Amino acid sequence: MSAKDTVMKDRRNPLKTALGLGSSQSGVGHWWTQRVTAAALVLLGLWFVATVLCLLHADYATAHAAVAKPWNALLLIAFVLTMFWHAVLGLQVVIEDYVHTRWKEVVLLVAIKFLAVLGALACVLAVLRIALTP
Amino acid sequence: MAEFTLPKNSKIQPGKHYPAKGAKNPRTFRIYRWSPDDGQNPRIDTYEVDLAVCGPMVLDALLKIKNEIDSTLTLRRSCREGICGSCAMNIDGTNTLACTRAISECASGDVKIYPLPHMPVVKDLVPDLTHFYAQFASIKPWLRTQSPAPDRERLQSPEERKKLDGLYECILCACCSTSCPSYWWNGDKYLGPAILLQAYRWIVDSRDEATGARLDDLEDPFKLYRCHTIMNCTRTCPKGLNPAKAIAEIKKLMVERRSP
Repeated sequence: MSAKDTVMKDRRNPLKTALGLGSSQSGVGHWWTQRVTAAALVLLGLWFVATVLCLLHADYATAHAAVAKPWNALLLIAFVLTMFWHAVLGLQVVIEDYVHTRWKEVVLLVAIKFLAVLGALACVLAVLRIALTP
Repeated sequence: MAEFTLPKNSKIQPGKHYPAKGAKNPRTFRIYRWSPDDGQNPRIDTYEVDLAVCGPMVLDALLKIKNEIDSTLTLRRSCREGICGSCAMNIDGTNTLACTRAISECASGDVKIYPLPHMPVVKDLVPDLTHFYAQFASIKPWLRTQSPAPDRERLQSPEERKKLDGLYECILCACCSTSCPSYWWNGDKYLGPAILLQAYRWIVDSRDEATGARLDDLEDPFKLYRCHTIMNCTRTCPKGLNPAKAIAEIKKLMVERRSP
């Protein structure tokens, strides 16, 4: 914006600009969920890494059997859901921080949510197929 | 997108050089200059100052330059003892007060002086803080009560008063807010560390009865939650305060008043 534009547009009291549209009464849920999912991912991540390391050099049948175990399948689904949930919360912050063209911001924010849900569903479907097919 | 490069008319050009002839102890100051009137890009002017005949602080050198070398150099200053916040600027790469920053504390080599980062410049080292002050006004920085005014002072125990230590000392110099990348990218809506520290100063005041309303006003992804604990604010505060801690306390209170 050039200096001239500023002069032409800004006849408002600076307080009016600072108050903007007011508080949206949200944000605390996002903040809290991001921390809870992060804490969950510490535990689930450790379990996931340990499980994958155990399957190092294993053949297909062994790996298949490991994933098919009920506890492993359950934790794997929990890990994947938490990871996508946490990722989408983090990406949302990045987009809000840096994308300042409103329509791009809205498109990206909606797109990442769709992609995250799609990714999570695909992962869950994959685990269920392994777990439920003999 | 956020702008990561300077616009064409903000690119800095080399400026004038003012040597100190016959100086016993010369030190070079490289200072950002820009005037709204001449249509020129900003430039860096180089001033050599004889420290043998200059006070110890950066502000002393700036005033010596203004008084004796180049009277067009423009800066704000008032109390010269770190209580008014007027002479906040970026010295040697850090936002601080020129009056409390000793020249000897600056890294060896030239002393580089710029206005507070990412603010509109009025002239030279004077940033436009209009929006910053308006944001301060927006948090209603005064005691708000519902109970009728007593005949005497509203009392506070020493423990309750102690909670204001580390908060009431803030002089609103804007060093912290203008050091915060989140405030750079989203300063139009994000309140920034200085204003949030001030907000917390009223939230923890035992005499204030608008705590809930104050938290309501802050509960917003942009006003409060643009703080990503980068900690530049705490690092740069010339008064040694901890705005990042104050923001963290506000976030804790936000969680405290809801069901987890």
